[in-house]
Amino acid sequence: MRMVHYKNKRIVLEKREARSGKILFIVPIISFIVSLVLGAVVLAASGANPFSTYFYMARGAFGSWVGFTETLVKAIPLILTGLGVTIAFKLRFWNIGAEGQLVFGAIGTAWVMIFWTFLPVQMLLPIALLVGMTAGALWAGIAAVLKAKWGVDETLTTLMMNYIAILFAEYLYYGPWRDPDGYGFPGTKAFPREAWLPRIAGRAHWGLVIALAAAVILWFVLYKTKWGFEIKMIGLNQRAARCQGVNIQRNIILVLLVSGALSGLAGAVEVTAVQHRLMKGIDMGYGFTAIIVAWMAQLNPFAAVLVALIMAGLLVGGDQIQMMMGLPASMGLVLQGLLLFPLLAGTIFSDYRLRVVKQEEVEQCS
Amino acid sequence: MQLITTLLAVTLGAGTSLLYATLGEIYTERAGILNLGVEGMMMMGALSAFTVSFYTGSLILAIVVAMLIGGAMALIHAFLCITMRANQVVSGLSITLFGTGLASYLGQRLGPASNGKNLVGMTASSFTDYSIPFLEDIPILSAFFNQDILTYALFLIVPIAWIYMYKTRSGLTLRAVGEDPRTAAAMGISVSKVRYIYTVIGGMLVGLGGAHLTLGYTPGWSENVTGGRGWIVIALVIFAGWNPGRAIFGAVLFGGINAIQFRLQAAGTVIPASFLNMAPYIVTVIVLTVMTLLGRKKRGKFSPPAALGTSFSIEDK
Amino acid sequence: MGKETQKKTQDNVILRMSGITKRFPGVTANNHVDLSLNAGEILALLGENGAGKSSLMNVLAGLYRPDEGSIFIRGEQVQIHSPQDSMRLGIGMIHQEFMLVETMTVAENIILGMKDLPFIPLMQEVRNKITELSERYGLKVNPDKYIYELSVGEQQRVEILKLVYQGADILILDEPTAVLTPQEARDLNTIIGMMLSEGKSAIFITHKMDEVIEFSHQVQVLRKGETVAVCKTDEVTPKDLAKMMVGREILFHLERDVYKPGEVRVHVEDVSVIDQTGRAVLEHISLDLKEGEVLGIAGVAGNGQQELSEVITGLMPVTSGYLYLDERDVTGATPLKMIKNGISHIPADRSAMGVVGDMSVADNLVMKRYRKRPMSKNGILNGSVIVKFAKKMIDVFKIATPESSTRVKFLSGGNIQKTILAREIDSCGGILIAVYPSRGLDVGATEAVRKNILKQRDNRAAVLLVSEELEELMMVSDKIAVMFEGKIMGIVDARETNIEQLGMMMAGMVKESTL
Repeated sequence: MRMVHYKNKRIVLEKREARSGKILFIVPIISFIVSLVLGAVVLAASGANPFSTYFYMARGAFGSWVGFTETLVKAIPLILTGLGVTIAFKLRFWNIGAEGQLVFGAIGTAWVMIFWTFLPVQMLLPIALLVGMTAGALWAGIAAVLKAKWGVDETLTTLMMNYIAILFAEYLYYGPWRDPDGYGFPGTKAFPREAWLPRIAGRAHWGLVIALAAAVILWFVLYKTKWGFEIKMIGLNQRAARCQGVNIQRNIILVLLVSGALSGLAGAVEVTAVQHRLMKGIDMGYGFTAIIVAWMAQLNPFAAVLVALIMAGLLVGGDQIQMMMGLPASMGLVLQGLLLFPLLAGTIFSDYRLRVVKQEEVEQCS
Repeated sequence: MQLITTLLAVTLGAGTSLLYATLGEIYTERAGILNLGVEGMMMMGALSAFTVSFYTGSLILAIVVAMLIGGAMALIHAFLCITMRANQVVSGLSITLFGTGLASYLGQRLGPASNGKNLVGMTASSFTDYSIPFLEDIPILSAFFNQDILTYALFLIVPIAWIYMYKTRSGLTLRAVGEDPRTAAAMGISVSKVRYIYTVIGGMLVGLGGAHLTLGYTPGWSENVTGGRGWIVIALVIFAGWNPGRAIFGAVLFGGINAIQFRLQAAGTVIPASFLNMAPYIVTVIVLTVMTLLGRKKRGKFSPPAALGTSFSIEDK
Repeated sequence: MGKETQKKTQDNVILRMSGITKRFPGVTANNHVDLSLNAGEILALLGENGAGKSSLMNVLAGLYRPDEGSIFIRGEQVQIHSPQDSMRLGIGMIHQEFMLVETMTVAENIILGMKDLPFIPLMQEVRNKITELSERYGLKVNPDKYIYELSVGEQQRVEILKLVYQGADILILDEPTAVLTPQEARDLNTIIGMMLSEGKSAIFITHKMDEVIEFSHQVQVLRKGETVAVCKTDEVTPKDLAKMMVGREILFHLERDVYKPGEVRVHVEDVSVIDQTGRAVLEHISLDLKEGEVLGIAGVAGNGQQELSEVITGLMPVTSGYLYLDERDVTGATPLKMIKNGISHIPADRSAMGVVGDMSVADNLVMKRYRKRPMSKNGILNGSVIVKFAKKMIDVFKIATPESSTRVKFLSGGNIQKTILAREIDSCGGILIAVYPSRGLDVGATEAVRKNILKQRDNRAAVLLVSEELEELMMVSDKIAVMFEGKIMGIVDARETNIEQLGMMMAGMVKESTL
């Protein structure tokens, strides 16, 4: 007679044989729902009505033309920095310095706008944008060279360089570049009107076209060109890439120049289209949100555009509820954070599945 | 002489919160977990400590709550990174995003109705400086003995932290997990458990560091009370070479720069302040570069825990 | 090991494993395997790569939990759920990759994870005990040295000391002599012998038949996760064992064209390489690779063979000396230049260096050709051309993969190697550098690899073959150079040498004049 006992049921995470594409699609949706629920808890606990809050946020960000254009205004720099971070991350280069690259780009742009008066005014804008891109590229380049030549960890260098850039900008707009007629306001004088990046709809401006074009170009480069192929190789297995003759150092630097240029462009676009000057508050945290955007989009440029729009919507929604309900705008930031936790927890399921394992014990009686 | 003593005293006061947070992050990173959520955790620690102190007047309760909050946020990070194998950089940044956002939000919702629910501008019980008789008369050194209790606690905590890490069995286990989790697991150590424990403990210390900001250093809550200190802490951990003893130098140095900058601002000059504030970040980049170059020749003294930032599973073949 | 000093003990079964089954996604590593070990005895666990030997021992060591089966120690059933359970039962395992924390000292490594130590351990006591045990078994270990300062042989001795310190009676050694010279292997033999005389027992995992014969009392052969045979070692011959291990006659001779070497394609002249820590990894190496010749490189892994291959492929810079390709000086050239000049490379570690695991089979196949037409034009890749090319290669080289777009990491080891072979041979410009090409492959795949290498040689390619298997080198090479501590001990004719001669050179003993 044989008796079978079930002992020790365990739940294990088991590696899948192939990546599940289905999961990659479902997880963000479920995460979004979970984050809304968690956010509702926070709202309710602090005495606000979750339903009306969400309603006003959604309506504010996407429900009206004005709201939507505001969302676009915030989305533009997010898209550009998101794309910048995307290309760096493809290389497994953890560029968390997008914020500083944006600021440095803004500084470069302001420099042209204010001081290159020898240029005819029609040329100011394009040159300023180019210089802004270059400035951002160079800022990222420093960390890239440190990593490529000496192996200095890039997470920490790019992080530190954010604050160097932010503080340098502070020095400039409080000090030598401050608008003499500005009554002590921490900012430069306004850029020449003719050199402003024009608007398209509401406050949304041509930066949108630039951002979308950048997304298309980046997608093409990453998925259809030799260079994109090499970037993929380096990011997924640097040693093997080297064995196949790919020049690692040169690529790290090139990719980071592009990454910094994109973030620098974000800064350039912001100051020429929205603020029209270099001023306090240029560091709005987009550079950090960009990392989240890139990661949530799983390093796909088109998805990054979509995610950037959603994140921008959360920010605009936050402003809305501040106006309509007196709730702090930072609720938008809270929701951004909450969105991430289930997402981070969920992505594991594309590579692993849950399984209940029972350990059998077979006894024989004789 | 008096100026030096004053500056030194202020430096120590400023460095206290940095040192607590740095010790916490050192322990977390020694276990192999990179926690970039320090800025958000310090904010929440600062906020919760102030709120509790404001409503209950109890400092003990305030720091306990701050530590619990810090620990809870660290627990989220630990769960995501260890059990759910998420990317540690993204997870940490999410915690910071969440923490700073939530602190800002609650700072405007938890205040008394009389102040529009805002906590800014409110006063609460805070730590006062105690001076030790006799010792307070020694020139210069008196700076060390005219501090609040959290700073005094550090005189004990830092040596204990050092002894724990290098001389005890648990410290050996911790270091092994951060250097070579595969080997640690083979020796019967539960890598996950160790990582969870030290991430949470680290978070509690970070929360405590945040509490000192609103209860000790500049009593009072304001938006952005941490002022980016969380990022400096990450730099300080590197500066300290992941050694609790060496953490003192960094915390004191950067606390000092902070203190001097405060004095300068009070004197009315803003311009040099930006460059002074830049100094910690520039120095860290330089230190990191030098250490990386040195680390090639001399192993172990300056290098980060070899497994920092990686995830680990026993059945990874 | 320790065979000479041992008395046969009857029915003194100290360890019994019964019906052990362990499954992983896609493969059953152990299928109802039984094992029995007597006290004072050495059992050899023989099988090819993938037969299930390591998996079975990992179950015993508490690293894997079996899906089915039971374990008995000294007649009593036990549950092993962790390495600590295993240690407590007196079982200790030394893995192929040592479980030592490099940045810690010997003493720290030995007490790592021990539960019955005081909270603040008294390191002097620990040091004393280490020194005492070290002398008792002839291990010669210094408790205060850092692991990274020790040689591989010394590190292995630290591992043994670790087990003994913690009171192990049953020692499991996974391919222990893979990293040792024949002399060190004999020392190990002596050490284990001393332990056996105290009543300890040992299981050692191997795929080398000659070791089984020389060192064990009993041998158990595993094949594809199942037990094929259990015999007393003096009652079997290597040929019997080989047959049991593989299931058919091993091909000991391979067809090839008459040996007629041609022009010198690669000339290595007096090359020395000193690494970052100041260690000389290559010392005054000179050799030639000729058309139509396979030059085998023998030697215990870690004596500079991989570095030599990396110098020739441009992956490692030389500190002094010259490298010539078709009489052109290419010293210091980049890997890309070497590739463009016709060098194909099958690297030592296929997953880490040979393929990008997360990219598709098609992508990996095209990694040598993507820079030029027709795969790409003006920097833009031509997707359809690439897929067509990939399908052709999959067909010709018989790579087993569901699609050309499947990620390479999901293929079996043999098929990954086939992918690499396909890529390198297809674009081979007449020079092939193959490093440990049949490592970890089953017999069928190994045969395919060797046949392909010989085919290249017959097509007048110049081939460098680095291998750990002397048998393979003797089978495939025309000439064999033996490396020891970064130097070439001698170059001999493959048909006129034997294992003893090669073995001695591998241990640094005899220097033959080059032919």
